[in-house]
Amino acid sequence: MAAASMMPIFSQNVSSKSDLVPDWTRQEVSTGTTIMAVEYDGGVVVGADSRTTTGAYIANRVTDKLTRIHDRIYCCRSGSAADTQAIAEVVSYQLGFHSIELDEPPLVETAAHLFRASCYRYREELMAGILVAGWDRRKGGQVYCVPIGGMLVRQPVSVGGSGSSYIYGYMDSNYKPGLSKDQCLDLTAKALALAMERDGSSGGVVRLATISEKGVERRVLLGDQLPKFSTH
Amino acid sequence: MALSNVLESPASGFNFDNAARNAAFEGLFEEGHPPKPMKTGTTIAGVVFKDGVVLGADTRATSSEVVADKMCAKIHYISPNIYCCGAGTAADTEKTTDLLSSNLTVFSLNSGRNPRVVMAVNILQDMLYRYHGQIGANLILGGVDCTGNHLYTVGPYGSVTKVPYLAMGSGDLAALGILEDGFKHDLELEKAKELVRDSIHAGIMSDLGSGNNIDICVITKQGVDYIRPFQESEYKDTRKPKYKYRPGTTPVLTKKVVPLKLEVVEETQQRMDTV
Repeated sequence: MAAASMMPIFSQNVSSKSDLVPDWTRQEVSTGTTIMAVEYDGGVVVGADSRTTTGAYIANRVTDKLTRIHDRIYCCRSGSAADTQAIAEVVSYQLGFHSIELDEPPLVETAAHLFRASCYRYREELMAGILVAGWDRRKGGQVYCVPIGGMLVRQPVSVGGSGSSYIYGYMDSNYKPGLSKDQCLDLTAKALALAMERDGSSGGVVRLATISEKGVERRVLLGDQLPKFSTH
Repeated sequence: MALSNVLESPASGFNFDNAARNAAFEGLFEEGHPPKPMKTGTTIAGVVFKDGVVLGADTRATSSEVVADKMCAKIHYISPNIYCCGAGTAADTEKTTDLLSSNLTVFSLNSGRNPRVVMAVNILQDMLYRYHGQIGANLILGGVDCTGNHLYTVGPYGSVTKVPYLAMGSGDLAALGILEDGFKHDLELEKAKELVRDSIHAGIMSDLGSGNNIDICVITKQGVDYIRPFQESEYKDTRKPKYKYRPGTTPVLTKKVVPLKLEVVEETQQRMDTV
Protein backbone atom coordinates (compact mmCIF):
# COMPACT_ATOMS: atom_id res chain seq x y z
CA MET A 1 0.00 0.00 0.00
CA ALA A 2 1.33 3.44 -0.84
CA ALA A 3 0.87 4.72 2.71
CA ALA A 4 2.66 1.76 4.29
CA SER A 5 5.58 1.94 1.88
CA MET A 6 6.20 5.58 2.81
CA MET A 7 7.16 4.73 6.39
CA PRO A 8 10.88 5.33 7.04
CA ILE A 9 13.07 2.24 7.25
CA PHE A 10 14.28 3.02 10.75
CA SER A 11 10.80 3.04 12.28
CA GLN A 12 10.48 0.98 15.42
CA ASN A 13 9.39 -2.58 14.81
CA VAL A 14 6.61 -2.88 17.30
CA SER A 15 5.86 -6.50 16.50
CA SER A 16 7.53 -9.73 15.42
CA LYS A 17 6.54 -13.24 14.38
CA SER A 18 6.49 -14.49 17.95
CA ASP A 19 4.15 -11.76 19.14
CA LEU A 20 0.78 -12.65 20.63
CA VAL A 21 -0.88 -9.84 18.72
CA PRO A 22 -2.25 -11.12 15.37
CA ASP A 23 -1.15 -9.74 12.02
CA TRP A 24 -4.30 -7.95 10.99
CA THR A 25 -4.21 -5.58 13.96
CA ARG A 26 -1.20 -3.92 12.44
CA GLN A 27 -2.70 -3.44 9.00
CA GLU A 28 -4.06 -0.09 8.06
CA VAL A 29 -7.82 0.22 7.96
CA SER A 30 -8.96 0.22 4.34
CA THR A 31 -12.37 0.77 2.79
CA GLY A 32 -11.76 -1.97 0.15
CA THR A 33 -15.00 -1.10 -1.47
CA THR A 34 -17.48 -0.71 -4.20
CA ILE A 35 -18.73 2.81 -4.88
CA MET A 36 -20.81 4.17 -7.72
CA ALA A 37 -22.30 7.41 -8.93
CA VAL A 38 -24.74 8.04 -11.81
CA GLU A 39 -26.02 11.29 -13.30
CA TYR A 40 -29.64 11.70 -14.34
CA ASP A 41 -31.56 14.70 -15.58
CA GLY A 42 -32.08 16.75 -12.42
CA GLY A 43 -29.58 15.16 -10.07
CA VAL A 44 -27.29 12.26 -9.21
CA VAL A 45 -27.58 8.90 -7.50
CA VAL A 46 -24.66 7.74 -5.35
CA GLY A 47 -24.23 4.34 -3.77
CA ALA A 48 -21.72 2.38 -1.73
CA ASP A 49 -21.35 -0.87 0.18
CA SER A 50 -20.66 -0.76 3.94
CA ARG A 51 -17.60 -2.88 4.64
CA THR A 52 -14.34 -1.57 6.18
CA THR A 53 -11.52 -4.08 6.48
CA THR A 54 -8.27 -4.32 8.42
CA GLY A 55 -6.46 -7.01 6.49
CA ALA A 56 -8.82 -9.98 6.60
CA TYR A 57 -10.93 -8.67 9.49
CA ILE A 58 -14.04 -6.58 8.97
CA ALA A 59 -13.52 -3.62 11.27
CA ASN A 60 -16.90 -2.06 10.57
CA ARG A 61 -19.75 -3.80 8.75
CA VAL A 62 -22.06 -0.78 8.70
CA THR A 63 -19.74 1.96 7.43
CA ASP A 64 -21.16 5.05 5.82
CA LYS A 65 -18.92 5.78 2.85
CA LEU A 66 -21.20 8.49 1.46
CA THR A 67 -19.81 11.57 3.12
CA ARG A 68 -21.48 14.96 3.05
CA ILE A 69 -19.21 17.71 1.77
CA HIS A 70 -21.90 20.33 1.37
CA ASP A 71 -25.70 20.47 1.31
CA ARG A 72 -25.93 19.13 -2.23
CA ILE A 73 -22.46 17.67 -2.72
CA TYR A 74 -21.47 14.22 -1.49
CA CYS A 75 -18.35 12.13 -1.96
CA CYS A 76 -17.92 8.35 -2.08
CA ARG A 77 -14.74 7.21 -0.35
CA SER A 78 -12.52 4.25 -1.25
CA GLY A 79 -8.96 3.40 -0.23
CA SER A 80 -7.46 4.14 3.16
CA ALA A 81 -10.12 5.03 5.73
CA ALA A 82 -7.88 7.48 7.56
CA ASP A 83 -6.69 9.24 4.41
CA THR A 84 -10.16 9.64 2.90
CA GLN A 85 -11.68 10.86 6.17
CA ALA A 86 -8.91 13.42 6.51
CA ILE A 87 -9.21 14.66 2.92
CA ALA A 88 -12.99 14.86 3.13
CA GLU A 89 -12.75 16.98 6.27
CA VAL A 90 -10.23 19.33 4.70
CA VAL A 91 -12.26 19.77 1.51
CA SER A 92 -15.45 20.15 3.52
CA TYR A 93 -13.87 23.03 5.43
CA GLN A 94 -12.41 24.68 2.35
CA LEU A 95 -15.68 24.42 0.43
CA GLY A 96 -17.73 25.69 3.35
CA PHE A 97 -15.46 28.70 3.68
CA HIS A 98 -15.61 29.35 -0.07
CA SER A 99 -19.38 29.10 -0.08
CA ILE A 100 -19.70 31.61 2.76
CA GLU A 101 -17.35 33.99 0.95
CA LEU A 102 -19.42 33.80 -2.23
CA ASP A 103 -22.72 33.74 -0.34
CA GLU A 104 -23.86 31.08 -2.77
CA PRO A 105 -24.08 27.29 -2.82
CA PRO A 106 -20.77 25.95 -4.17
CA LEU A 107 -20.37 24.22 -7.54
CA VAL A 108 -19.72 20.48 -7.72
CA GLU A 109 -16.84 21.26 -10.04
CA THR A 110 -15.23 23.36 -7.30
CA ALA A 111 -15.51 20.51 -4.81
CA ALA A 112 -14.00 18.12 -7.34
CA HIS A 113 -11.11 20.46 -8.00
CA LEU A 114 -10.45 20.83 -4.28
CA PHE A 115 -10.32 17.05 -3.93
CA ARG A 116 -8.01 16.79 -6.89
CA ALA A 117 -5.70 19.47 -5.50
CA SER A 118 -5.17 17.51 -2.25
CA CYS A 119 -5.01 14.09 -3.90
CA TYR A 120 -2.54 15.16 -6.56
CA ARG A 121 -0.27 17.20 -4.33
CA TYR A 122 0.13 14.44 -1.76
CA ARG A 123 -0.20 11.59 -4.24
CA GLU A 124 2.87 9.75 -2.85
CA GLU A 125 1.58 9.75 0.71
CA LEU A 126 -2.13 9.16 0.17
CA MET A 127 -4.18 6.22 -0.93
CA ALA A 128 -7.58 7.63 -1.80
CA GLY A 129 -10.00 6.98 -4.65
CA ILE A 130 -12.95 9.37 -4.51
CA LEU A 131 -16.12 9.98 -6.49
CA VAL A 132 -17.49 13.51 -6.10
CA ALA A 133 -21.17 13.86 -7.00
CA GLY A 134 -23.82 16.49 -6.48
CA TRP A 135 -26.21 19.00 -7.91
CA ASP A 136 -25.76 22.70 -8.57
CA ARG A 137 -27.76 25.28 -10.45
CA ARG A 138 -25.25 25.86 -13.21
CA LYS A 139 -24.78 22.34 -14.59
CA GLY A 140 -27.34 20.22 -12.73
CA GLY A 141 -26.33 16.74 -11.64
CA GLN A 142 -22.60 15.97 -12.08
CA VAL A 143 -20.25 13.11 -11.27
CA TYR A 144 -16.49 13.63 -11.08
CA CYS A 145 -13.98 10.85 -10.65
CA VAL A 146 -10.76 11.49 -8.64
CA PRO A 147 -8.93 8.16 -8.56
CA ILE A 148 -5.60 7.29 -6.86
CA GLY A 149 -2.94 9.56 -8.31
CA GLY A 150 -5.11 12.63 -8.51
CA MET A 151 -6.69 12.62 -11.96
CA LEU A 152 -9.92 14.56 -12.44
CA VAL A 153 -12.48 13.67 -15.06
CA ARG A 154 -16.22 14.18 -15.33
CA GLN A 155 -18.20 11.11 -16.31
CA PRO A 156 -21.96 10.48 -16.58
CA VAL A 157 -21.49 7.25 -14.63
CA SER A 158 -18.53 6.08 -12.59
CA VAL A 159 -17.60 3.15 -10.36
CA GLY A 160 -14.70 2.84 -7.97
CA GLY A 161 -13.06 0.70 -5.34
CA SER A 162 -11.80 -2.86 -5.35
CA GLY A 163 -15.20 -4.27 -6.31
CA SER A 164 -15.59 -2.07 -9.34
CA SER A 165 -13.54 -4.41 -11.55
CA TYR A 166 -16.36 -6.96 -11.37
CA ILE A 167 -19.08 -4.66 -12.62
CA TYR A 168 -17.56 -2.82 -15.57
CA GLY A 169 -19.22 -5.29 -17.90
CA TYR A 170 -22.59 -4.83 -16.20
CA MET A 171 -22.23 -1.05 -16.36
CA ASP A 172 -21.20 -0.98 -19.99
CA SER A 173 -24.12 -3.13 -21.08
CA ASN A 174 -26.84 -1.66 -18.85
CA TYR A 175 -26.18 2.08 -18.68
CA LYS A 176 -27.83 4.31 -21.27
CA PRO A 177 -27.94 8.10 -21.24
CA GLY A 178 -31.34 9.49 -20.32
CA LEU A 179 -32.29 7.11 -17.49
CA SER A 180 -34.81 8.31 -14.93
CA LYS A 181 -34.09 8.64 -11.21
CA ASP A 182 -35.70 5.33 -10.31
CA GLN A 183 -33.90 3.53 -13.11
CA CYS A 184 -30.62 4.94 -11.83
CA LEU A 185 -31.40 3.78 -8.31
CA ASP A 186 -32.22 0.33 -9.62
CA LEU A 187 -29.05 0.20 -11.72
CA THR A 188 -26.89 1.27 -8.79
CA ALA A 189 -28.47 -1.18 -6.36
CA LYS A 190 -28.06 -4.11 -8.77
CA ALA A 191 -24.48 -3.18 -9.69
CA LEU A 192 -23.44 -2.86 -6.04
CA ALA A 193 -25.14 -6.14 -5.15
CA LEU A 194 -23.26 -7.92 -7.95
CA ALA A 195 -19.94 -6.46 -6.87
CA MET A 196 -20.55 -7.33 -3.21
CA GLU A 197 -21.31 -10.88 -4.30
CA ARG A 198 -17.92 -11.30 -5.96
CA ASP A 199 -15.54 -9.02 -4.07
CA GLY A 200 -14.39 -10.14 -0.64
CA SER A 201 -13.61 -6.60 0.45
CA SER A 202 -17.14 -5.36 -0.28
CA GLY A 203 -20.26 -6.34 1.58
CA GLY A 204 -22.73 -5.50 4.30
CA VAL A 205 -25.60 -3.23 3.32
CA VAL A 206 -26.09 -0.97 0.32
CA ARG A 207 -26.31 2.73 1.10
CA LEU A 208 -27.96 4.91 -1.54
CA ALA A 209 -28.48 8.65 -1.78
CA THR A 210 -30.24 10.83 -4.33
CA ILE A 211 -29.09 14.43 -4.64
CA SER A 212 -31.23 16.95 -6.52
CA GLU A 213 -32.49 20.49 -6.26
CA LYS A 214 -34.95 19.37 -3.60
CA GLY A 215 -32.20 18.04 -1.38
CA VAL A 216 -30.76 14.70 -0.35
CA GLU A 217 -32.76 11.48 0.13
CA ARG A 218 -30.93 8.65 1.83
CA ARG A 219 -31.83 4.99 1.80
CA VAL A 220 -30.36 1.75 3.11
CA LEU A 221 -30.92 -1.67 1.55
CA LEU A 222 -30.47 -4.28 4.25
CA GLY A 223 -29.32 -7.83 3.59
CA ASP A 224 -32.72 -9.29 2.77
CA GLN A 225 -33.68 -6.31 0.60
CA LEU A 226 -30.68 -6.59 -1.73
CA PRO A 227 -31.38 -7.50 -5.36
CA LYS A 228 -31.01 -11.25 -5.80
CA PHE A 229 -29.37 -13.10 -8.64
CA SER A 230 -29.24 -16.72 -9.62
CA THR A 231 -27.20 -18.89 -7.28
CA HIS A 232 -26.39 -21.69 -9.69
CA MET B 1 -7.74 26.09 18.39
CA ALA B 2 -6.52 28.58 21.02
CA LEU B 3 -9.06 27.36 23.60
CA SER B 4 -8.08 23.73 23.67
CA ASN B 5 -4.30 23.61 23.13
CA VAL B 6 -2.00 24.80 25.87
CA LEU B 7 1.00 23.47 24.00
CA GLU B 8 2.07 25.33 20.90
CA SER B 9 0.47 24.07 17.69
CA PRO B 10 2.70 21.42 16.14
CA ALA B 11 5.01 22.22 13.24
CA SER B 12 3.70 20.98 9.91
CA GLY B 13 4.78 17.54 8.73
CA PHE B 14 5.96 14.67 10.88
CA ASN B 15 8.17 14.90 13.92
CA PHE B 16 10.80 12.20 13.66
CA ASP B 17 13.08 13.53 16.40
CA ASN B 18 13.18 10.14 18.05
CA ALA B 19 14.03 8.23 14.90
CA ALA B 20 17.75 9.04 15.11
CA ARG B 21 17.71 8.12 18.78
CA ASN B 22 16.02 4.80 18.00
CA ALA B 23 18.57 4.00 15.30
CA ALA B 24 21.44 4.68 17.72
CA PHE B 25 19.63 2.64 20.36
CA GLU B 26 19.48 -0.43 18.15
CA GLY B 27 23.24 -0.37 17.71
CA LEU B 28 23.83 -0.64 21.46
CA PHE B 29 22.23 -4.07 21.80
CA GLU B 30 23.75 -7.34 20.61
CA GLU B 31 22.50 -8.50 17.25
CA GLY B 32 20.49 -5.26 17.05
CA HIS B 33 17.63 -6.57 19.21
CA PRO B 34 16.44 -3.71 21.38
CA PRO B 35 13.89 -4.52 24.08
CA LYS B 36 10.39 -4.73 22.67
CA PRO B 37 7.91 -2.11 23.85
CA MET B 38 5.26 -3.25 26.26
CA LYS B 39 1.96 -3.93 24.51
CA THR B 40 -1.40 -4.27 26.16
CA GLY B 41 -2.34 -7.34 24.04
CA THR B 42 -5.81 -6.79 25.21
CA THR B 43 -9.53 -7.13 25.15
CA ILE B 44 -11.47 -3.90 25.43
CA ALA B 45 -15.13 -3.37 24.65
CA GLY B 46 -17.80 -0.72 24.82
CA VAL B 47 -21.59 -0.71 24.59
CA VAL B 48 -24.09 2.15 24.35
CA PHE B 49 -27.12 1.41 26.52
CA LYS B 50 -30.31 3.26 27.40
CA ASP B 51 -28.88 5.72 29.90
CA GLY B 52 -25.24 5.97 28.83
CA VAL B 53 -22.15 3.99 27.91
CA VAL B 54 -20.46 0.95 29.50
CA LEU B 55 -16.75 0.38 28.87
CA GLY B 56 -14.91 -2.79 29.82
CA ALA B 57 -11.31 -4.00 29.75
CA ASP B 58 -9.10 -6.82 30.97
CA THR B 59 -6.03 -6.00 33.08
CA ARG B 60 -3.11 -7.88 31.52
CA ALA B 61 -0.12 -6.11 29.99
CA THR B 62 2.36 -8.31 28.09
CA SER B 63 5.96 -7.86 27.00
CA SER B 64 6.34 -10.59 24.36
CA GLU B 65 5.44 -13.80 26.20
CA VAL B 66 5.77 -12.45 29.73
CA VAL B 67 2.94 -10.82 31.64
CA ALA B 68 4.47 -7.50 32.59
CA ASP B 69 1.56 -6.15 34.63
CA LYS B 70 -1.33 -8.14 36.12
CA MET B 71 -3.36 -5.18 37.29
CA CYS B 72 -2.90 -2.75 34.44
CA ALA B 73 -5.53 0.01 34.20
CA LYS B 74 -6.66 0.26 30.59
CA ILE B 75 -9.65 2.52 31.08
CA HIS B 76 -8.21 6.03 31.13
CA TYR B 77 -9.83 9.19 32.40
CA ILE B 78 -10.29 11.87 29.77
CA SER B 79 -12.82 14.18 31.38
CA PRO B 80 -15.60 13.80 33.97
CA ASN B 81 -17.94 12.59 31.24
CA ILE B 82 -15.55 10.81 28.88
CA TYR B 83 -13.40 7.72 29.43
CA CYS B 84 -11.13 5.95 26.97
CA CYS B 85 -10.01 2.31 26.69
CA GLY B 86 -6.63 1.79 25.05
CA ALA B 87 -5.15 -1.17 23.17
CA GLY B 88 -1.80 -1.37 21.39
CA THR B 89 1.51 -0.08 22.68
CA ALA B 90 1.02 0.68 26.39
CA ALA B 91 3.16 3.82 26.41
CA ASP B 92 1.41 5.26 23.37
CA THR B 93 -2.10 4.79 24.75
CA GLU B 94 -1.08 6.23 28.14
CA LYS B 95 0.59 9.32 26.76
CA THR B 96 -1.98 9.99 24.05
CA THR B 97 -4.87 9.83 26.51
CA ASP B 98 -2.94 11.96 29.02
CA LEU B 99 -2.32 14.61 26.37
CA LEU B 100 -5.95 14.56 25.33
CA SER B 101 -7.09 14.80 28.94
CA SER B 102 -4.94 17.82 29.71
CA ASN B 103 -5.99 19.63 26.53
CA LEU B 104 -9.65 19.05 27.31
CA THR B 105 -9.19 20.17 30.92
CA VAL B 106 -7.87 23.48 29.66
CA PHE B 107 -10.84 23.73 27.33
CA SER B 108 -13.21 23.03 30.24
CA LEU B 109 -11.60 25.71 32.37
CA ASN B 110 -11.75 28.20 29.53
CA SER B 111 -15.33 27.54 28.49
CA GLY B 112 -16.90 26.40 31.76
CA ARG B 113 -18.44 23.25 30.33
CA ASN B 114 -17.70 19.57 29.91
CA PRO B 115 -16.19 18.68 26.54
CA ARG B 116 -18.23 16.79 23.97
CA VAL B 117 -17.16 13.31 22.94
CA VAL B 118 -16.92 14.38 19.30
CA MET B 119 -14.33 17.02 20.34
CA ALA B 120 -12.14 14.40 21.96
CA VAL B 121 -12.46 12.21 18.88
CA ASN B 122 -11.50 15.00 16.51
CA ILE B 123 -8.41 15.94 18.52
CA LEU B 124 -7.32 12.30 18.66
CA GLN B 125 -7.95 11.72 14.97
CA ASP B 126 -5.99 14.84 14.10
CA MET B 127 -2.99 13.79 16.17
CA LEU B 128 -2.91 10.14 15.12
CA TYR B 129 -3.32 10.98 11.43
CA ARG B 130 -0.43 13.41 11.66
CA TYR B 131 1.79 10.59 12.90
CA HIS B 132 0.61 8.17 10.21
CA GLY B 133 0.47 5.02 12.32
CA GLN B 134 3.75 5.55 14.18
CA ILE B 135 1.75 5.93 17.40
CA GLY B 136 0.39 2.43 18.01
CA ALA B 137 -2.81 3.34 19.81
CA ASN B 138 -6.19 1.66 19.22
CA LEU B 139 -8.63 3.61 21.34
CA ILE B 140 -12.28 3.19 22.27
CA LEU B 141 -13.79 6.47 23.48
CA GLY B 142 -17.08 6.48 25.29
CA GLY B 143 -18.92 9.32 26.94
CA VAL B 144 -22.13 11.15 27.67
CA ASP B 145 -22.67 14.78 26.75
CA CYS B 146 -25.52 17.16 26.01
CA THR B 147 -26.04 15.59 22.58
CA GLY B 148 -26.43 12.03 23.88
CA ASN B 149 -24.48 8.84 24.54
CA HIS B 150 -21.61 8.18 22.16
CA LEU B 151 -19.08 5.44 21.45
CA TYR B 152 -16.23 5.93 18.97
CA THR B 153 -13.11 4.06 18.00
CA VAL B 154 -9.95 5.73 16.68
CA GLY B 155 -7.35 3.61 14.87
CA PRO B 156 -3.59 4.18 14.85
CA TYR B 157 -3.71 5.63 11.33
CA GLY B 158 -6.40 8.11 12.30
CA SER B 159 -9.60 6.45 11.07
CA VAL B 160 -12.73 7.02 13.14
CA THR B 161 -15.76 4.75 13.42
CA LYS B 162 -18.94 5.50 15.34
CA VAL B 163 -21.00 2.45 16.28
CA PRO B 164 -23.25 1.39 19.19
CA TYR B 165 -20.96 -1.48 20.27
CA LEU B 166 -17.27 -2.19 19.81
CA ALA B 167 -14.40 -4.42 20.75
CA MET B 168 -10.69 -3.82 20.18
CA GLY B 169 -7.36 -5.44 20.95
CA SER B 170 -6.01 -8.92 20.33
CA GLY B 171 -9.04 -10.52 21.95
CA ASP B 172 -11.57 -8.54 19.96
CA LEU B 173 -12.71 -11.37 17.70
CA ALA B 174 -13.98 -13.40 20.64
CA ALA B 175 -15.45 -10.35 22.36
CA LEU B 176 -17.19 -9.15 19.21
CA GLY B 177 -18.83 -12.54 18.79
CA ILE B 178 -20.52 -12.15 22.17
CA LEU B 179 -21.47 -8.56 21.43
CA GLU B 180 -22.93 -9.35 18.01
CA ASP B 181 -25.05 -12.04 19.57
CA GLY B 182 -26.25 -10.20 22.67
CA PHE B 183 -26.48 -6.54 21.67
CA LYS B 184 -29.85 -4.81 21.44
CA HIS B 185 -30.64 -1.12 21.33
CA ASP B 186 -31.61 0.53 24.65
CA LEU B 187 -30.39 -2.19 27.00
CA GLU B 188 -30.89 -1.77 30.75
CA LEU B 189 -27.85 -1.02 32.91
CA GLU B 190 -27.46 -4.47 34.46
CA LYS B 191 -27.90 -6.24 31.15
CA ALA B 192 -25.37 -3.93 29.52
CA LYS B 193 -22.80 -4.54 32.28
CA GLU B 194 -23.35 -8.29 31.95
CA LEU B 195 -22.94 -8.13 28.18
CA VAL B 196 -19.64 -6.25 28.44
CA ARG B 197 -18.44 -8.58 31.18
CA ASP B 198 -19.28 -11.60 29.05
CA SER B 199 -17.49 -10.20 26.04
CA ILE B 200 -14.31 -9.37 27.98
CA HIS B 201 -14.50 -12.80 29.58
CA ALA B 202 -14.65 -14.39 26.11
CA GLY B 203 -11.59 -12.39 25.12
CA ILE B 204 -9.73 -13.52 28.24
CA MET B 205 -10.62 -17.16 27.66
CA SER B 206 -9.73 -17.21 23.99
CA ASP B 207 -6.71 -14.91 23.80
CA LEU B 208 -3.33 -15.38 25.44
CA GLY B 209 -2.65 -11.66 25.46
CA SER B 210 -5.68 -10.94 27.67
CA GLY B 211 -6.30 -12.09 31.19
CA ASN B 212 -6.53 -11.48 34.91
CA ASN B 213 -9.30 -9.20 36.13
CA ILE B 214 -12.12 -7.37 34.37
CA ASP B 215 -12.62 -3.63 34.87
CA ILE B 216 -15.94 -1.96 34.07
CA CYS B 217 -16.68 1.75 33.73
CA VAL B 218 -20.28 2.97 33.54
CA ILE B 219 -20.82 6.55 32.33
CA THR B 220 -24.23 8.16 32.63
CA LYS B 221 -25.63 11.66 32.83
CA GLN B 222 -25.60 11.32 36.63
CA GLY B 223 -21.93 10.44 36.82
CA VAL B 224 -19.31 7.75 36.44
CA ASP B 225 -19.06 4.39 38.17
CA TYR B 226 -15.53 3.02 37.73
CA ILE B 227 -15.60 -0.54 39.08
CA ARG B 228 -12.07 -1.85 39.36
CA PRO B 229 -12.08 -4.82 39.51
CA PHE B 230 -15.57 -5.78 38.42
CA GLN B 231 -14.62 -9.40 38.42
CA GLU B 232 -11.46 -10.91 39.79
CA SER B 233 -9.68 -13.78 38.10
CA GLU B 234 -10.18 -17.21 39.74
CA TYR B 235 -6.43 -17.72 39.56
CA LYS B 236 -5.52 -15.42 42.41
CA ASP B 237 -1.93 -14.95 43.38
CA THR B 238 -1.48 -15.57 47.12
CA ARG B 239 2.06 -14.19 47.14
CA LYS B 240 2.18 -10.77 48.73
CA PRO B 241 4.32 -7.89 47.42
CA LYS B 242 5.29 -6.96 50.99
CA TYR B 243 6.17 -9.36 53.72
CA LYS B 244 5.27 -8.35 57.26
CA TYR B 245 5.55 -10.87 60.05
CA ARG B 246 3.63 -10.74 63.30
CA PRO B 247 5.88 -9.96 66.30
CA GLY B 248 6.57 -13.29 67.97
CA THR B 249 6.67 -15.34 64.73
CA THR B 250 10.36 -16.02 65.23
CA PRO B 251 11.03 -17.57 68.70
CA VAL B 252 13.54 -15.65 70.86
CA LEU B 253 16.26 -17.98 72.23
CA THR B 254 18.51 -15.58 74.14
CA LYS B 255 18.47 -11.87 74.93
CA LYS B 256 21.45 -9.67 75.79
CA VAL B 257 21.05 -5.93 76.57
CA VAL B 258 24.07 -3.61 76.34
CA PRO B 259 23.32 -0.01 77.42
CA LEU B 260 25.23 2.58 75.39
CA LYS B 261 26.44 5.54 77.47
CA LEU B 262 26.04 8.81 75.56
CA GLU B 263 27.44 12.20 76.60
CA VAL B 264 26.14 15.49 75.25
CA VAL B 265 29.07 17.06 73.39
CA GLU B 266 27.42 20.03 71.69
CA GLU B 267 23.91 21.41 71.64
CA THR B 268 22.68 23.89 69.00
CA GLN B 269 19.31 25.46 68.31
CA GLN B 270 18.19 26.49 64.86
CA ARG B 271 15.29 28.90 64.72
CA MET B 272 12.85 28.49 61.85
CA ASP B 273 11.56 31.63 60.18
CA THR B 274 7.78 31.54 60.23
CA VAL B 275 6.10 34.48 58.57
